Amino acid sequence: MLRYSAKQLLNMALTLFAVSFLVFALNELSPGDVTRKILGPYASQSQVDHLTREMGLDRPAIVRYFEYMGRALTGDFGDSIYYRQPVSTLIWDRLGNTLLLAAISFAVIVPLSVLLGVLAGMRERGWFDRAVSVFSSMCASIPEFAMGVFLLGIFVVWLGVLPGTSPLRADSGWAIWMQFVLPVLVVTFYDAGYLIAMVRSSMVEVMRQPYIRTALLKGNSFRNVVAKHALRNALITPFTVILLQLNYLVSGLVVVETLFAYPGFGRLMLEAALAKDIAVLEAGTLIAVSVTMLTQLFGDLGYMALDPRIRV
Amino acid sequence: MAEILAFEHVSIAYDGRAGRQIILNDVSFSIGAGEALGLVGESGCGKSTVALATMRYLPRGMSVIEGHIRVEGRDTAGLSDQELSRIRGNRIAMVYQDPMSSLNPVMPIGKQLMEVPLLHGETDEKAAFSRAVQMLEEVRLPAAEAMMERYPHQLSGGQQQRVVIAMALMAEPALLIMDEPTTGLDVTIEAAILELVRDLRAKFGTAILFISHNLGTVARICDRIGVLYAGRMVETGQIGTVFRGPAHPYTRGLLGALPRLSGGGRRGKLRPIEGTIGAGDRSRIGCAFVPRCSFAVRHECEERPIAMVDLGGDHLARCARLDAIRASVKDEHDTVATAAGSNAPIVLRVRKLSKEYKLSSFFGGEKKGVVRAVTDVDLDARAGETLAIVGESGCGKSTLARIVSGLLAGTSGEVKLGETDLTKLKVDDRPPEIRRQIQMVFQNPDSTLNPSHSIAYALSRPLRMLRNLASGDAKAEVSSLLAQVRLPAEMAERMPHQLSGGQRQRVAIARALAGNPELVVADEPVSALDVSVQAAILNLLGELLEQSQLGLVLISHDLALVRHMADWVAVMYLGRVVEYGPVEQVFSPPFHPYTEALLRAAPTPDPDAAPPSAALEGMMPSPTEIIVGCAFASRCPSRIAGLCDTTPPPVRQFGDHRIACHLDLGGQVPVAPGGLTEMRSSTS
Ligand code: SF4
Ligand code: SF4
Repeated sequence: MLRYSAKQLLNMALTLFAVSFLVFALNELSPGDVTRKILGPYASQSQVDHLTREMGLDRPAIVRYFEYMGRALTGDFGDSIYYRQPVSTLIWDRLGNTLLLAAISFAVIVPLSVLLGVLAGMRERGWFDRAVSVFSSMCASIPEFAMGVFLLGIFVVWLGVLPGTSPLRADSGWAIWMQFVLPVLVVTFYDAGYLIAMVRSSMVEVMRQPYIRTALLKGNSFRNVVAKHALRNALITPFTVILLQLNYLVSGLVVVETLFAYPGFGRLMLEAALAKDIAVLEAGTLIAVSVTMLTQLFGDLGYMALDPRIRV
Repeated sequence: MAEILAFEHVSIAYDGRAGRQIILNDVSFSIGAGEALGLVGESGCGKSTVALATMRYLPRGMSVIEGHIRVEGRDTAGLSDQELSRIRGNRIAMVYQDPMSSLNPVMPIGKQLMEVPLLHGETDEKAAFSRAVQMLEEVRLPAAEAMMERYPHQLSGGQQQRVVIAMALMAEPALLIMDEPTTGLDVTIEAAILELVRDLRAKFGTAILFISHNLGTVARICDRIGVLYAGRMVETGQIGTVFRGPAHPYTRGLLGALPRLSGGGRRGKLRPIEGTIGAGDRSRIGCAFVPRCSFAVRHECEERPIAMVDLGGDHLARCARLDAIRASVKDEHDTVATAAGSNAPIVLRVRKLSKEYKLSSFFGGEKKGVVRAVTDVDLDARAGETLAIVGESGCGKSTLARIVSGLLAGTSGEVKLGETDLTKLKVDDRPPEIRRQIQMVFQNPDSTLNPSHSIAYALSRPLRMLRNLASGDAKAEVSSLLAQVRLPAEMAERMPHQLSGGQRQRVAIARALAGNPELVVADEPVSALDVSVQAAILNLLGELLEQSQLGLVLISHDLALVRHMADWVAVMYLGRVVEYGPVEQVFSPPFHPYTEALLRAAPTPDPDAAPPSAALEGMMPSPTEIIVGCAFASRCPSRIAGLCDTTPPPVRQFGDHRIACHLDLGGQVPVAPGGLTEMRSSTS
């Protein structure tokens, strides 16, 4: 297991290296140069040239790449040309906000999905199963945006009990925790719908297995069979998918963040992309890729712990 | 004798969208303490429903609509869920087909065993643990304590079934239900499991309900037998009485359809039961067997319910015309066909064929080794004759078949069809002419029939591809192919799913014949079919061999079938041919010790057969092991210490018959023409 983890970490480092190089190269190839973007269309050519020299952009790309990587390793990702501050302060801040939202949502989504999925799947085609199936497919099929607008309509416009935006500032007139309620709700509805369906179908599959019959015909009560024999087996397949939700929660929340003006990582990336703010994009990509690869590693390790048939 | 289980006029129905369907119809039987009842019948007859109903665990939609099921005198219908849980696993326990899937894959064996006593009154974990260890020892698993920690996937199929049996016996139940417990296991493992069940039964006095489609295994375990047909019990009685004098035409059919080890062999005619159970047969008022019965008479058999007739001596049969049938009793055994000479021309010649795989682990490095799947095999397949290849799974018989048919390439040696060497030619590299000459038939016909194409399409494709027939000619040829496999021409328009399993296998055979092949390689062609259907397919293969002079290579684990079909037999063990020769010589002494063990293990439906002596213990070594002496030395009962494990055995030849063994078998029989010659050693 240790060997495996070490091997995976090494793989990860190599992949990150490759990704960083790709992003850097894309940046080099993309039209329009950085200095022109900074100085605007009315700057003279000599001013542009001067800045180019000052920023060291006239040197070979490969040299600059290694310089960049060297600095990146110490946590310095350069400066954002759009926000006009160091990328590192900007990104860690935003990432922190997103991680907070992700953590809260994850803590709600996972127990909820596992509970509903297992209860629904243990009695296939029972009334509870039907109800849960309808609920989950409804949730999964409504887009985040529509769900957001709908909930805003109820809680903000109509009832007026929750804030409509979540800038995470205490001076906005609402307590910070209240600013979290709606974004978490929207993310939960959307994501849990999918996960519930996933857990349910895995549970249904497990309940049809002959070893469940064996357990029951040994004299186990139904509840015992579910808790001792079905649960662990039923979680093996959804486990990886559950962890994959972390990726979504870290880098896929653009819509929710935009809707609630939430100062998160996804929105930062969106704005950076629109403004062609390469330094931010580059750092963001590296972070997103690391998160993906880390969850992958945890996924594999957890998978092995759950299923004794998997060994590396 | 106290009654452990009694079915009293039980009827079970399935209520589905298509209305009510009768699954079991007025089934009565009882099992006394310590008694073993075998329940037989072809698939769909309701055997498994009986088992599940006993446990009160019927599938959704099925229910008992009439009658009573009593376990130790109590009607199970009135039990509460708690009372039911107290009976399950405690008074009645069950052993299933496919042990792998009936064990929880993520729970160690020990925990699964200990669960039983802990559920039924035991409170002390330690006591449960030692009971589990003791039970694992009872089922003769080695290193029982270590076994407790292991997971199901770390055990072999035979070991898994022993674990399931140990689990069933943990609470010393009064009744053990075994539902096809040895189906899918090798003959030698099957024999060992059956022997274990006999011993445990003697020791614990457990009553057994033994469900099987195999009359041979039933004969080994049971005192009484019940024959089910289309949800009705058609005959019950002591096993000896029924096997010697079956009263019901269906029972007679089942027994007559069976190829036997003791039979004359050489493709004599078996007596198949024509047709299959029809959808409406279960709900007939009169006899359900009418459409397939040659004794059926309308007014006697169809118009009113037929009662069980008591024939005396605990023998009952449900048939209206028992007297007429008894009067017509003839010799039921298959007739001996004239033996073909063994000098038929050789179609396929295999010499010193070996197949090796190099193992390398996925990430490179760690595990390395060589799998020797086939080692130095010599064989001939002759025109118009059957060469059977037998042995336990993993012996290399399927690899050999795959090399011949070009799904794999051999590593060294030669495989010659006529003058062409095929050893390294995979199917795609073979010239079309060769591809036409070698065809395969698989165990599961569905693997070659595309479900979305009609039978006509399935058959005309090879005709056009292999024989370049125009589509008009191909159409005519399709009908003649169907006629060859005894299927009506209308079948051509059907889709595969509209055919029964037996009919699909006929289509698969027709497809193999489409190119006028010289050699057909059949890998377990009938092992997925019911006995009665199997007989018809075997008869068909026999006829085809006689008519068309094609050579048949038959891969099978069923020795009775091999005895019946084969002209030549090759017995394989660990990739090597240990005995080879004409079937009547291989199946009579002198035997290679491995052949002898296989023959002894084969279950025979003969109530008089002596109980088998000790079954073969242990397992085949891994094909990665390097064998210095005889490959069989680790399990051989007649091993000569110091010789067998160090020196490869010589090949002794008696005429056409070859045995690779150190034993001096020559003294036991007159030396065949050609004398006892020592040839080269069979291992390298
Ligand atoms: S009752 Fe008639 S149809 Fe049924 S088995 Fe007897 S003879 Fe055949
Ligand atoms: S050579 Fe020895 S070990 Fe091998 S089969 Fe013969 S007696 Fe047994």
